[in-house]
Amino acid sequence: MIDTWRTRVYRFLRRLWRRPRIDLPLAFALLLLSGVGLVTLYSAGEANVGLVGGQAARFLLGAIFIMLMSRIPPSTLRNWTPWLYAGSTVLLVVVAVLGEGRGAGRWLNLGIMRFQPSELMKLTMPMMVAWYLHPRQLPPGWKDIAVVGALIAIPAALIAKQPDLGTALLVTAAGTFALFLSGMAWWRFGLLAAIAGGMAPVAWHFMHQYQRNRILTMLNPESDPLGDGWHIIQSQIAVGSGGIFGKGFEQGTQSRLDFLPEHTTDFIFAVFSEEFGLIGVCAILVLYAFIIGRCLWIAMEARDTYSRLLAGAIGMSFFVYVFVNGGMVAGLLPVVGVPMPMVSYGGTSAVSLLVGFGVLMSIHANRKVHD
Amino acid sequence: MPRLIRRQFKDTRGEGELFRRRALAGFALILLGLCALVGRYVFLQVLHHDEFALRSVNNSVKPRAIPPARGLIYDRNGVLLADNVPAFRLEVRPDQVQNMNQMLAQLGKVVPLDPDDLDAFRKQLKQSRRFDSVPLKMRLTEDDIARFAVSRWRFPGVDVVPYLIRYYPLGSLFAHVVGYVSRIDADDLDSLDPERYKGTTHIGRIGLERSYEDMLHGSPGYELDEVNADGRIQQVLETHPPIPGKNLYLSIDARVQKAAQDAFEGRAGAAVAIDPRNGQVLAMVSVPSFDPNLFVNGISTADYKSLITSPDKPLINRAMKAGYPPGSTVKPFMGLAGLEYGVRRPEDSVLSTGVFYIPGQSRGYRDDQRYGAGTVNLYKAIYASVNTYFYKLALDLGIDRVSEFMSGYGFGRPSGIDLPGEVSGILPSRAWKAKHSPKERTWYPGETVIAGIGQGYWSVTALQLAHALATFAGRGVPYAPRVVMSTADVGHTPSPLPNPPAGPSLIKNMKDWDAVNEGMQLVIYSNDPLSTGFKFRLGDGFPYRLAGKSGTAERFSRTSDAYNENRNTAYLAARHRAWFEVFTPAENPRIAVAVVLEAGAWGAEDAGPIARKILDAWLATQGGAVPPDTPLPENGVTAAPAAASTTASEVMPEDTPQGDAPAPDSSSAGDNDQ
Repeated sequence: MIDTWRTRVYRFLRRLWRRPRIDLPLAFALLLLSGVGLVTLYSAGEANVGLVGGQAARFLLGAIFIMLMSRIPPSTLRNWTPWLYAGSTVLLVVVAVLGEGRGAGRWLNLGIMRFQPSELMKLTMPMMVAWYLHPRQLPPGWKDIAVVGALIAIPAALIAKQPDLGTALLVTAAGTFALFLSGMAWWRFGLLAAIAGGMAPVAWHFMHQYQRNRILTMLNPESDPLGDGWHIIQSQIAVGSGGIFGKGFEQGTQSRLDFLPEHTTDFIFAVFSEEFGLIGVCAILVLYAFIIGRCLWIAMEARDTYSRLLAGAIGMSFFVYVFVNGGMVAGLLPVVGVPMPMVSYGGTSAVSLLVGFGVLMSIHANRKVHD
Repeated sequence: MPRLIRRQFKDTRGEGELFRRRALAGFALILLGLCALVGRYVFLQVLHHDEFALRSVNNSVKPRAIPPARGLIYDRNGVLLADNVPAFRLEVRPDQVQNMNQMLAQLGKVVPLDPDDLDAFRKQLKQSRRFDSVPLKMRLTEDDIARFAVSRWRFPGVDVVPYLIRYYPLGSLFAHVVGYVSRIDADDLDSLDPERYKGTTHIGRIGLERSYEDMLHGSPGYELDEVNADGRIQQVLETHPPIPGKNLYLSIDARVQKAAQDAFEGRAGAAVAIDPRNGQVLAMVSVPSFDPNLFVNGISTADYKSLITSPDKPLINRAMKAGYPPGSTVKPFMGLAGLEYGVRRPEDSVLSTGVFYIPGQSRGYRDDQRYGAGTVNLYKAIYASVNTYFYKLALDLGIDRVSEFMSGYGFGRPSGIDLPGEVSGILPSRAWKAKHSPKERTWYPGETVIAGIGQGYWSVTALQLAHALATFAGRGVPYAPRVVMSTADVGHTPSPLPNPPAGPSLIKNMKDWDAVNEGMQLVIYSNDPLSTGFKFRLGDGFPYRLAGKSGTAERFSRTSDAYNENRNTAYLAARHRAWFEVFTPAENPRIAVAVVLEAGAWGAEDAGPIARKILDAWLATQGGAVPPDTPLPENGVTAAPAAASTTASEVMPEDTPQGDAPAPDSSSAGDNDQ
């Protein structure tokens, strides 16, 4: 048989179909989650079928990415890692110079579609940290920590400058989790955390006024109920009025009557909480915990350090999404643009999340063989 | 070197173990974080659920008040005095107008807009939310509506809206009694119950509209609307209809009222007619009057200015807000006081020489007749209005007894009528002088003397005099005057408002009443040329006996003792206030009238005919005859004395002194009849 590229692609697609290299529990959990997400979006978007259809199409695209990524062995990914990281960083610089977007320079117009390089960085960051730590003696010493710190700080700073505090936070978290999982000593972690805490006033100094206002408003939303406090107050009213059992599907007045802003994107979890109550919140958080736990399980089963660190970091940064968004909606954290994964309406974030899960599937397929 | 070796040989199994521990620790931390999150949701959704549920409802469910229809006002026969008529106004929704100034300029070419309209609109625009309609122009004409309808497409956000507006069909006739409503302003909002007045635009300003505001207003209904964050109504959840205000029925008869107003022929003055048996006001006019409809939608500056600057002050309800010296109209009450305190008997006489001197003083107090009226008893003192009799009587009674007695008849204090803004007038007394004249606190006998003829400090409103006269005519039983006779809920028959007498009869001995009554009948019917009513024949052609008294009060103090021989009527009218008080039928009174003419020369001559016209109109409303429940004289006045004595003896089964007095009276009446 002549091994033309055409037959190779054909063989690849056939194997993809016949023997998908995916972890069924994780896939099932993701399917369930995307179902919940679409149902919530249907209600939050006032039964807008187009909206739900668009989101479903993205999920479909994400599923295809999962299939594709699951075929790429972690060793190949590892070889690509420095180039991917360098590429994403360059794109961030390009965006910083000539980006476009509403208010914040985050978007890069590629002619056919616009996309945010910062989304790429959500995945390439833990890859890069894992790549760096992979050949090194673990737990890492100060020198390695310093290098990893620099690897994290440069893109994070570029993203924060856009300004997109939410993504910067997620990118930083992903890198930091890789470092944490690599076994970095607790005391070093504690020391760095203390220093970071000490630097908080400096960070405050460099923040935009609107970012400061968000923090101040979170601390006292009633100070400006019609302005900055509006989001937080209305979101808490939505959550609180849901009670234990919720108001029922499509019965949430806060979103239906437009009291809740951004109720299909960043604040969709308030709609979910209003309509499905505490029981729904607990159920979906259990689902999220299961997905994170499964990711960590896959990480523990992984064959090498790179795969372990990458899978673990992806799983743990999933938690950051849930915690930051859930906390923001409930008035526990300031308003930052972090979506509720698989529930919030939004293009690139859903796809990039699913690409990450594709990597996990690949790592799962290449797990170590038990003796 | 050892470092390098350790690098070469990574402890992969150890690293795996380290990772496993870290992953488990990380998962534990994540679970902790998720538990914290759940804790926050429990805090919001369980512990503070009630608070947030309430705030959610408050967000989305807004009550919208439906204002009640204001109660209507009728006269005693159901003639409509205050109506609610449908009208149309232009309303603007600010959020649907792109360029307000441009829109107003273009709209002004289609529908004429006054500067007043625009001012009010802009003021209200600032105070309202963007999606609340703001009225731009009230009371559109059919022409306005038609022209707007044609070019309506050019004005998105502008609409013609129907509403109910107060309308007073009889215009100026009842302006002072019924009053008017006008737009609620910022000052009103401070004192109003905001719940009851939600959605209401007008409030009673003066007259009955004000004093019965509470009854007329009704209770607003409301509907619960589901609104979105922009405040737009999504659906109506519940509707609770409003309860309309009560309808009022006045005791005033519009025909009598009309006759009273016409009788003044535009001369400034006031007249009040009261039913002595229950205090019901039968007519109350203040001339000149004004059109209350002007005020309903905000009176234009030009109209208001002309009302304010008019020398006759048409906005003032003279009947109860303007006090005048009562002059001789107090004499019957003085005479009664003399009898009641036992200081005089009716037949006790005084010699009138033309001038009266307080013993030991040189200042003279004059009679009307230059050389006096001769020997004067109570009857003559009243019908000829002999000052000397009352000078001496006042001096004998003393000011304290005079003011005590007069106070009983309501002088010097509000009558208690159900209209707002009544003045007290002035009843001369030591206490009043001490309070109002701190520098000169002593009471002089001379002040008592002139108080006896209704001069001096005295100030009395037409309402007060009518009230006092009605109290006397009702055999001393005091009733607070009432304009509203009964009220009715919409769709129900009217139920009367109770008005029990304010106390027992003020008259100790009904013989005293008969005597004074007799004196007042002689004013009308006496053939003595000295009688003040002799020339004017006020009782002619009236089927019942009248009992009256004129009064001519001086507006200014005389500057000299010289007799003023100027008899020019215009000159005197400028100096005098003409009063006339009269009640009828004399034996069993059913109406008591007080008339004051601001620029009348003589009481009986100028004010008397006005009173007679009021009585004629009242008679017409009674079918020209006494209603069946009253003893009816067979042939008008001729039979009156007999009827009078039987009536009196029926009411007061004791000997009355009418046998002596009525004789000349009946003959005079007979003469007048021809």
